[in-house]
Amino acid sequence: MSLDEVYREVIMDHYQNPRHHGHLEQPTLSVGLHNPTCGDELRLDLQVSDDGVVQDAVFEGQGCSISMAAASMFTEAVRGKSLGEANRIAESFKDLLMRRESDRSILGELEALEGVAKFPARVKCATLVMNAFEKAIRKMSEGGGSGNVQA
Amino acid sequence: MNIAARRADFPLLAIQMNGKRLSYLDSAATSQKPRAVLDAVRRYYEHDNANVHRGVYELAARATQDYEDARQKLADLVGSAPEEIVFTRGTTESINLVARSYGEVVLEPGTNVVTSAAEHHSNLLPWQQAAWHRGAEVRYVELGEDGRITPDALRSVVDDQTRIVALAHVSNVMGTVTDVAAAAEIAHAHGAVLAVDGAQSVPHRPVDVRALGIDFLSFSGHKMCGPTGIGALYGRADLLQRMEPVYYGGEMIEEVTLQGSTWKEAPWRFEGGTPNIAGAVGIGAAADYLRSIGLTAIHDHEVELANYLADRIRPIAGVVVYGPQGHRDSGVVTFNLDGVHAHDVATALDTEGVCVRAGHHCCQPLMRRLQAASTARASLYLYNNREDVDQFVDALAKAKEFFHRVAG
Repeated sequence: MSLDEVYREVIMDHYQNPRHHGHLEQPTLSVGLHNPTCGDELRLDLQVSDDGVVQDAVFEGQGCSISMAAASMFTEAVRGKSLGEANRIAESFKDLLMRRESDRSILGELEALEGVAKFPARVKCATLVMNAFEKAIRKMSEGGGSGNVQA
Repeated sequence: MNIAARRADFPLLAIQMNGKRLSYLDSAATSQKPRAVLDAVRRYYEHDNANVHRGVYELAARATQDYEDARQKLADLVGSAPEEIVFTRGTTESINLVARSYGEVVLEPGTNVVTSAAEHHSNLLPWQQAAWHRGAEVRYVELGEDGRITPDALRSVVDDQTRIVALAHVSNVMGTVTDVAAAAEIAHAHGAVLAVDGAQSVPHRPVDVRALGIDFLSFSGHKMCGPTGIGALYGRADLLQRMEPVYYGGEMIEEVTLQGSTWKEAPWRFEGGTPNIAGAVGIGAAADYLRSIGLTAIHDHEVELANYLADRIRPIAGVVVYGPQGHRDSGVVTFNLDGVHAHDVATALDTEGVCVRAGHHCCQPLMRRLQAASTARASLYLYNNREDVDQFVDALAKAKEFFHRVAG
């Protein structure tokens, strides 16, 4: 088990230079997640068009390099995708980290986080943003708007 | 103290982690267990196991004897009478018991409980709940620059309406030590009681409740070389006698009728249901083990090693050490590596066989005060040696070099 397998340069780059960092003035969906066991915090804002396309995805928060890099990569990956496609990205990413069969072709740079699977205690860091996304989708199907819930 | 001999008492220390020698630096979270404790638990199950306080046959008498002997061992450890020791699941349950059974009786509108922002959540939430249920106030003593709670700061918040002063003896984050004797004097001068969270002190230094004037003392077995799921509350005899049970059921009664019931004397009235007998045997064996080494020797060893550790990491550029910047009085050293999140530090150390804690250490208010979302913590115990510390320092230097390299 070596550090290079986990902390690839692209991960550290996203951590230090997060893409799509900030918040939206009027997001279609906004979900805050807090991981109480480690203190990581994340807010994901989504702008979704009427026909279900993610037009904008931004995040802000604080946490370790894994959670912040994953959030940066995920927002990058889902922009311009339909909610269904974005959901598949989240699912495939979780499959990758759980060492199940995964559709790598849709993951983009998220694939670089594969090494996290070797550190089970850190998988929850990598999937924090996906959990926020899935929460947002659930809220939307329940007819809700923005909100703040505990992970 | 012969560290090599002590290390040989702990089977787990011989394992390898990630192909490396294990350097276990997380004893403030939980300690490893010596063979003496493991053997005592096994011996109990193999030779004496029966339910306590009810069977008339000899085996039940032996189990009861083991259980009550363990109470005596804890009493000997903290300098109390055995009747002043209540077995609980651990520090959290002990503090909740005091907060519910004593706090909610003496607190009322206009009164207050004094605690601090440096407390572990388990010494904060029970007092908040008790005070809020009763319409009383929670006051927080101001922390000094280095995280210490000074007698002067305490004097400025305790008044005649204070009913309870609740403080940790040793902070699980800062490693700072509170002058408990001074706190007791201040509390008593205003007619309040002093409830001490001893989770980080009882395993590591001599704690004598009479000499220090402590009214309630909570501690856990698993942090003092004992099993998980067992701990104790020391309560001054006259206070325990005034307290009502929290758990009702078997074992704790004197007489039960359909119209009303009476309870056993303390401490047994607080131990409803079949207790954790094997756990009690284990924590008793742990108390004997610690006393056989000597709590002063354990304390001196940890302090010497903690200062060695802090002195070795402070010169590393980018390392921040929290708490006292000079001499350290306990085996807890919390730190951060500039630009690297504490979880990433902990993962990097893990690959080198070094176990440290990273996170908020169940102290969110204190972390906000330190302006750190997360910190890493190395904590030492009687079985740690310089090799453990050197392995940690080398791994930390390597982690720093690695993250600075991949981060360009």
